[in-house]
Amino acid sequence: MSTPAVSPPTPAGHVPGRGWVGAAVRRKEDRRMLLGRARFTGDFVRAGMLHAAFARSPLAAARVAAVDVSAALAMPGVAGAFTGADLGSPYLLAVLERPEFTATRMPVLAGDEVRFVGEPVAIVVTDDPYVAEDAAEAVAVEWQPVPVIADMHSATRDGARQVHAGLVNNCMVDLTMFADDRLDGVFASAPVVVCGEFASARVAALPMEGRACLAEWDERDGQLVLHMSTQVPHQARSAVAQALGIAEQAVRVIAPDVGGGFGLKCVVGREEIAVAAAALRLQRPVQWVEDRQENLTASFHGHEQRYDVRAAFGADGMILGLAADISCDVGAYSAFPFTCAVEPLMACTELPGVYKVPAYAARGRAIATNKPPTAPYRGVSRPQIVLVMERLMEKAAAELGMDPLEIRRRNLIGNEEFPYLGVNGITYDEGSYRESLDLAEKRVARSGWPGERDQLRASGTRAGIGYSCFSERTAYGTTTMSLRRMRMTPGYDVALVRMDPSGEVIVTTGTFSHGQGHETTFAQIVADRLGVHPEQVRLRQGDTDLAAYGWGTWGSRSIVVGGGAAFRAAEAVADHLRQVAAHLLEASAADVELAEGAARVRGDPAAALAISEISRIVHFQAHLLPEPLRYGLEARRSYDPPGTFSNACHAAMVTIEPGTFQVRLHRYLVVEDCGVVINPLVVEGQVRGGVTQGAAAALYERVLYDADGQPRSATLMDYLAPTASEICGIDIEHLETPSAHSETGAKGMGEGGTIGAPAAVLNAINDALADVRVSFDHIPVLPAEICEALASEGPA
Amino acid sequence: MSDTRRVQVTVNGHRHELTVSARRTLADMLRHDLGYTGTHLGCEHGICGACTVLLDGAPVRSCLMFGVQADGCEVGTVEGLAEGGQLSDLQQAFSDHHALQCGFCTPGFLMLAEAYLAECLARDAAGPGPSEPEVRELVAANLCRCTGYQGIIDAVLATAMARLAAADGQAGTAQADGPARADSQ
Repeated sequence: MSTPAVSPPTPAGHVPGRGWVGAAVRRKEDRRMLLGRARFTGDFVRAGMLHAAFARSPLAAARVAAVDVSAALAMPGVAGAFTGADLGSPYLLAVLERPEFTATRMPVLAGDEVRFVGEPVAIVVTDDPYVAEDAAEAVAVEWQPVPVIADMHSATRDGARQVHAGLVNNCMVDLTMFADDRLDGVFASAPVVVCGEFASARVAALPMEGRACLAEWDERDGQLVLHMSTQVPHQARSAVAQALGIAEQAVRVIAPDVGGGFGLKCVVGREEIAVAAAALRLQRPVQWVEDRQENLTASFHGHEQRYDVRAAFGADGMILGLAADISCDVGAYSAFPFTCAVEPLMACTELPGVYKVPAYAARGRAIATNKPPTAPYRGVSRPQIVLVMERLMEKAAAELGMDPLEIRRRNLIGNEEFPYLGVNGITYDEGSYRESLDLAEKRVARSGWPGERDQLRASGTRAGIGYSCFSERTAYGTTTMSLRRMRMTPGYDVALVRMDPSGEVIVTTGTFSHGQGHETTFAQIVADRLGVHPEQVRLRQGDTDLAAYGWGTWGSRSIVVGGGAAFRAAEAVADHLRQVAAHLLEASAADVELAEGAARVRGDPAAALAISEISRIVHFQAHLLPEPLRYGLEARRSYDPPGTFSNACHAAMVTIEPGTFQVRLHRYLVVEDCGVVINPLVVEGQVRGGVTQGAAAALYERVLYDADGQPRSATLMDYLAPTASEICGIDIEHLETPSAHSETGAKGMGEGGTIGAPAAVLNAINDALADVRVSFDHIPVLPAEICEALASEGPA
Repeated sequence: MSDTRRVQVTVNGHRHELTVSARRTLADMLRHDLGYTGTHLGCEHGICGACTVLLDGAPVRSCLMFGVQADGCEVGTVEGLAEGGQLSDLQQAFSDHHALQCGFCTPGFLMLAEAYLAECLARDAAGPGPSEPEVRELVAANLCRCTGYQGIIDAVLATAMARLAAADGQAGTAQADGPARADSQ
């Protein structure tokens, strides 16, 4: 037998004296998951538990003349069946405090109108989940179809029916965020003006665990307890309280293990609220576990966008001006709490990206259609804006006869220019924009990609190499977020660090890990502050009664904001420990060091106390200490940074299979800079997973609707999520530019893979087609399109 | 529903006897009737493979089978992989290679890999051994949305190589021991 090369795992051990941050610590989460002992929402069982199912609209747009649940109620085991009116017509309202925004209610159960296929009109609750589905089918609804607004084109046509009364041109928000009087002159006099239309398909976040919840009334605590698969436990609590008109303290949201979110679960769905309402009505536990068809057709989508863009370039390749008209198909409702404006806001604000754009104008619209609403799916408009900028660079380079990497290099914000204030009003903190491109180019050359591409071409296989340069703004704090003017403005986070009498540590945060490994990385951060082992640090999160208040996990915020708050709280506890040690050892607190489980006095090897002993004394023999040092070892700290940019350069090599025109990823390289790496295992896992999602968006994934608004991708046979066969090995190089806007020096990086991959893959496809006139400016690029384009165009 | 059947099934070596409705899937029977909630459901139409269990040693989608079809069978689930709370070599390799993030698909990949590892050991030693392309194709049976698969492929391949090396070592020892034992008789 031949022996294949097996990549060795990254060594786990940390270097004594260098701390735990930076070490490839094996995840604390892994054990329970590998043993099959993790607990996801669908795993919980309660005595007398009922199961919910929803009667949903088969039509994309219809008046609801009547809903009759009597046949469902007559079925054996059915404990309840409710329409929206039965539950008091609860609704969710997401508000952006801008005059350009039209607020629209999302009813928990549709009232007199349905606006997409899959919209729930009634909830049925039974003692058997199989019967629940039968009973949902037995709900009789009298539908009166109305014309369907299936896409942005029909939504903005003259005389189009409005998806919500009060909208104009089906526009939920119309933002002109940047305007510049000089632009007309710039375009008139520029040596080169590149125009383009760019588009990306609607896609699904597709966490492997769908949404799920278990609602029960706890008579003893006087609380509605909601186990829920969510990224934002505290905001889910607000949603339930607001929709049902009860106090927040009367609701406890507990997120147990959550099987992925990718943004789908950082908004709150209507089903969870209907389940909570049913549990309150019936005074019995009610569970709902979304199935995959519901997940693909009735939850939230994202990324369906069009860009009309003009860019002016000088003869030297420098970009002179940029104007964009951006339209986002946001579906039928505005998701709570972010609103449907999240995509156009992000796109308008951040389109210039890593390039120095002197003059800029952007208009962004959220267009309502009869499709499911959108959530901030991983990347949120940045996969699209990076695609736009990277295509513009390629087009301008072609027009100017320049090297496409050289034109990027000239326009990239340089090291000497940080902090850089962009035309978009954003201050970019230190990054390695040019360095990462230089390193990527060098690595690609050293690994022989160009030669391999030429060999493939010579043997009759189309092959191409593509790049993308981008930064990822992460950890948006409250002040930064307030510019969006959301009624619920997120940003800060809070952590509580507490040492127990045995010297073990409990940390609570308002962030919520659902795959990112915070139980491990937060423990690494706190362990270094306190001089203990990460195994001694336990993270409590995801429980609104137990954990500190905060904004959950999304927007690549957690390690910076939550981790920063935990860093600060741990440092405060460490101060306390040092002072107690100094008192007991009769030394100065400034001379006390905490490391390897002990407090030691610098320069006096004999003077040491175990940290567990200090904690024992603080808790059990407080009388030995002066008043200010007594009574517990705990600290609560908040953190609210302005935000920090990680950055990366991606390089992709693709082949196009002769005959089938299937694009295959052949090689992939990421040069990334997320500042201080807390745990390389976790960082590389995020990069690889992100690239896989982004590459799949460029090649396979699209949520498809027909002209009647009927979903055509309701199963995983139609919605093509990538398997291991569609992905190649992904090489990763790290650069490390620590951020001054981050307590730990770390920058967020949860979305970068997804952000950079579509542009790199699309550029690679176009490079593979460089000998013909055809090029593509949309994703996904499907084999049939390549086949058709090659057949019709012929060689240039 | 009154259409029920009596089922006898052995799960991870434990014998169970129960009455299930005829339309109950094997996955739901394992999860909800028998409490093996380590088996997860990701699509319920046979694509994602999160529900993969071993049925008489062969990997199956437990969402595509009825519980009654497992009557008289031996079922292996993720809960049976570790002994005495100690992670198996495969489980440890998953952790070492960061082959899981949210962990929802993980039990399906573990069971899929177990069947593959058993098949590797049963192969003719003269034939081809495990390889990256072979393991990548195996891993392509299931969906993971978090990892990009590289860690899973590395973990399965590393475990396959380690188990084969251990088996070779044992075979070598047995051969070396053979004549010695014969001599001593």
